[in-house]
Amino acid sequence: MATPDGPTRLAAPGGRSRLASSDGRARVASFAAGVPFRLPRIAVSGVLRPRLLLVCAALAATAFLAFCQGVAMGDVHIPIPDVVRALFGTGDGGTLLIVREFRLPRALTGLLAGFAFGLSGALFQTMTRNPLASPDMIGITQGAGTAVVAGIVLGFGPGDQVLGMAGALVTALLVYALAWRRGTTGYRIVLVGVGLAWMCTSLTDFLIARGGRFEAQAAIGWLVGNLNGRAWSHVEPLAIATAVLVPAALPLGRWTRTLQLGDDVARGLGTPVQYTRFALMIVGVGLVAFGTASAGPLVFVALAAPQIAQRLAGTPWPPPIASGLAGAAAVLSADVVARVIVPGTELPVGVVTGACGAPVLLWLLVRANRAGSGG
Amino acid sequence: MTNDAPLLRAEGLRLGYDGRTVVDGLDLEIPPGRVTVIVGANACGKSTLLRAMARLLAPRGGSVLLDGQVLRSVPTRELARRLGILPQAPVAPEGITVADLVGRGRSPHQTWWRQWSARDERAVSTALEATGMDELADRPVDELSGGQRQRAWIAMAVAQETPLLLLDEPTTYLDLAHQIDVLDLVADLNRREGRTVVMVLHDLNHACRYADHMVAMKGGRVVAEGEPSAIVTEELVEDVFGLRCHVGSDPVSGTPLVIPIGRHHAPATADEPRRG
Repeated sequence: MATPDGPTRLAAPGGRSRLASSDGRARVASFAAGVPFRLPRIAVSGVLRPRLLLVCAALAATAFLAFCQGVAMGDVHIPIPDVVRALFGTGDGGTLLIVREFRLPRALTGLLAGFAFGLSGALFQTMTRNPLASPDMIGITQGAGTAVVAGIVLGFGPGDQVLGMAGALVTALLVYALAWRRGTTGYRIVLVGVGLAWMCTSLTDFLIARGGRFEAQAAIGWLVGNLNGRAWSHVEPLAIATAVLVPAALPLGRWTRTLQLGDDVARGLGTPVQYTRFALMIVGVGLVAFGTASAGPLVFVALAAPQIAQRLAGTPWPPPIASGLAGAAAVLSADVVARVIVPGTELPVGVVTGACGAPVLLWLLVRANRAGSGG
Repeated sequence: MTNDAPLLRAEGLRLGYDGRTVVDGLDLEIPPGRVTVIVGANACGKSTLLRAMARLLAPRGGSVLLDGQVLRSVPTRELARRLGILPQAPVAPEGITVADLVGRGRSPHQTWWRQWSARDERAVSTALEATGMDELADRPVDELSGGQRQRAWIAMAVAQETPLLLLDEPTTYLDLAHQIDVLDLVADLNRREGRTVVMVLHDLNHACRYADHMVAMKGGRVVAEGEPSAIVTEELVEDVFGLRCHVGSDPVSGTPLVIPIGRHHAPATADEPRRG
């Protein structure tokens, strides 16, 4: 058997073992799940996954293209090079004004909401070890919907954004509290969440049925999810939330890697399981609450984006940043499609994400069934 | 390692789930540097005891002590560097490779800025080789056979580099050859690396062969403990498992060999088995 330190096992399958290193000396055979790197002087080390980095870059590029295309479209068409110039603050004043005041809020809402949904979905799916457990499946999005629809139909409240956020947070707390029995498990969170999702949906339907025609129309318009008519007031809270919550999510990554092995194994590996799960829940719910408040419930994004990112990157878990980028790319592309697919009319973006996301859900269900494990 | 081998001890331990008390007033000391096997009928509390000794379950009364320190007061990460636990039938995420799984065993030794030190790499290589998994390092765990899968999990626990290793029924769902394979591996870990091992086993004959120290449990209490050849008798088996049997000598290992009698077969030897 080859010694781990010798240069003998360099031809191992899968390109695991690496000879070259920065200082040109032969390296120890590597069993890392990627390319290890080490900065010994400052005791920093880690494992890079080239494919994951590549996927992130590709998704970011896709999102950027869709972003520019989204900004370019409208009553006045702006050529893409002008869009890019305007994004960097140069170009003629008229274009700059249109881009800044009318086009950017919509595109930024799409970008941030998509990123928030994708990342949140990745956190939830990791936390529960269940690909079906995204915030739009376990009641959090539905809770936001119920609160907003109640506000519209009953004519009260501080506006869609605050209500959406409150609805999401209250539902999340309910899920967590009801799933709590000397700690929570991912499985209980999913079961309780699915139940609450249906209750919220029923309540929303009841409110719509009770409401007047105009209110019902407005409620349904919001429930579908729409990026039309976004203003900077939609972008700002979401931007602040993203700036706070995304960095908060990253240190949890190390613990989610063990949490994926199951609660007992994770605990045995020194993971504070309940603390990690609670922190993941807070961050995930926060992202979804702010995203939903700004863009409406764009169904299936939080469910599908992490799964797409995971398949592209070939990782055994939904990679958080890539999931966020996949969400952003999906929402921005869907918004472009929604504006061109029926000439002369503009569909709400939620219709497109829903139409594309439903097959993904079916595919996941079929796969989960075949593997015989849903969590 | 034997000299500074860890000492794991339970004192007046009371354990239970919800309204049910499973273990009440249990005292136990795990001999350091040796293989201890806990046996007993289903629901006798042996897995519960193992979980409590690994702090997966909080005691309702009494305490578990690691080197004299109450387990509850040991910081989580430090505990994970001193004591490893492999729960029964763990499930790996779909598509995870053996190397990735085993690498996660290093997590109690890592920080968010130091995620793959030279020592991590060495520990993983060593664990993969010790378990014979180095050739399969790139394969997804869910494509392996049951025995290989269990070896991968044990490799993860080995990479954790804890002087104490707790295994809950590591041979469950394995065919006979793979059971022996896994148990030999565990014996190697004890003999070559001096790790203290505590495991729960179902098969009495395997327990007799591989245990330096055997703990027989019934109804949440320790009925007998000691070297298998000293404690395994027909009376003990009947008491603990409610099974009439003949105890002979294992022609291979010289350890006790438990031969169940059942209702359809009479013992070939003349004398009726003694009743406890």
